[in-house]
Amino acid sequence: MTSRYSALSLIREGLNGQRGWAPAWRDADPKARYDAVVIGGGGHGLATAYYLARNHGISNVALIERGWIGGGNTGRNTTIIRSNYFFPQTAAFFEFALKLYEGLSRELNYNIMFSQRGMWVLAHDRHGVEMLRRSANAMLLNGIDAEFHDGQSVHRHIPGLNPAPRFPILGGMNQPRGGSARHDAVAWGYARAASALGVDIIQNCEVTGFLIDGGHVRGVGTSRGTIRADCVGMAVAGHSTELGRKAGVRLPISSYALQAFVSEPVKPCLDTVVLSPATGTYLSQSDKGELVIGAGLDLFLSYAQRGSLPWMERAAAGVVELFPAFSRMRFLRQWAGIVDVTHDSTPIIGATPLGGFYVNCGWGTGGFKAIPAGGWCLAHIMATGTSHPLTADFGLDRFTSGALIDEAAANGIAH
Amino acid sequence: MLLIDCPYCGPRSEVEFRCGGESHIERPGPHGEVSDEAWADYLFYRTNPKAEHRERWLHAAGCRRWFNVARDTVSHRILAVYPMGSARPESAA
Repeated sequence: MTSRYSALSLIREGLNGQRGWAPAWRDADPKARYDAVVIGGGGHGLATAYYLARNHGISNVALIERGWIGGGNTGRNTTIIRSNYFFPQTAAFFEFALKLYEGLSRELNYNIMFSQRGMWVLAHDRHGVEMLRRSANAMLLNGIDAEFHDGQSVHRHIPGLNPAPRFPILGGMNQPRGGSARHDAVAWGYARAASALGVDIIQNCEVTGFLIDGGHVRGVGTSRGTIRADCVGMAVAGHSTELGRKAGVRLPISSYALQAFVSEPVKPCLDTVVLSPATGTYLSQSDKGELVIGAGLDLFLSYAQRGSLPWMERAAAGVVELFPAFSRMRFLRQWAGIVDVTHDSTPIIGATPLGGFYVNCGWGTGGFKAIPAGGWCLAHIMATGTSHPLTADFGLDRFTSGALIDEAAANGIAH
Repeated sequence: MLLIDCPYCGPRSEVEFRCGGESHIERPGPHGEVSDEAWADYLFYRTNPKAEHRERWLHAAGCRRWFNVARDTVSHRILAVYPMGSARPESAA
């Protein structure tokens, strides 16, 4: 069976009628005991399982997922990768994620189709321009690539922009190393690489409770039986508070629906990523040709994976205003993911009051871009018991100490 | 899309309203005696249930008055509407 992907194996299997490919990962049945359990088969959980095995030599790991891997927010986001953050801690963390993404296809032997096509943020008034200049300066000080462009330059660089929009484009900031990747490939690539290192990937397995003894987690009860482990990591995004409650752990997270949709596929027409916070537009084109459009949060709690009509209308209006040529394109699909929002829009990666139980949550609307680093750092604390230096300030204790990293207010990111 | 029955104006579209988050949260006090944990709990920790949720809504583009809503966070069905200041009623479902 062919399990390594290369040009040579592609040709060989092509001549062989594609009959020799090994399954990408083992669909495992749960064993009674593991060294570690990771709850949640999205990008963060899969990356955690992979880095537990790769970085720390802990391969007797179960990754358990209620549905199918990559079927939650990993399959529901707009696949944008960027590190245009403001504060030193968040900038360093998301830049680490971007750097891991840059080498990920080779690392996993799986083409994640990371296309560094640039990521533009537009400003439509003087204050927006000042904020973008501030952002660009902060990024440069943090050693991250950023370019500020005036309005004319923005129009030269982005094809199809409305030459005279109601709210004129006065400036833009580009992160040239930003871009998009294939979301399924990220999940499947990590799953395949983790499985090859010995991780059991267990799907259709819902966590129903936790085994707790003396303030320490001893395992999880699941719909497929009890799985014992003295170290449990959780990466379940919008369901963090629900599962945390079962472990007796409260988390400062609110769950909201974040909506996105795609148009019918067309030939390549937009070669970068465009975000205009003022007009509510977040737009890119996928490799399949669909325009991928992100909307905003419905600002009331929701566990329904569907977005509201008002936001769909607002996002579509923003796209049509900035790109009049897209006004006659048809929507193909619409959906929402349930995102885990913290008060300061900075993630939580760290220990909890329950011994041996670690969480990775609080990504808000921006978890996809952080997958490699989120997995790397959750694996680190699960294996060593201490926070990775990059996430030392991302612990739960910041909510009592007051040392919040108020990334939303500082950078104007829509989450 | 939500159809919210404002107790003062009647049923109106969701776009006229703003959600003000969880209801029945009381500020702990007296201020000098509140522990960091209790203060963090008051500021940042919410129940966030996948079930019936009691929350405040403001009819921002209407009468600009606040009221309480019991709403299911999965189906989005509004189970009850009741005035500000009234005690938390038993389950409306």
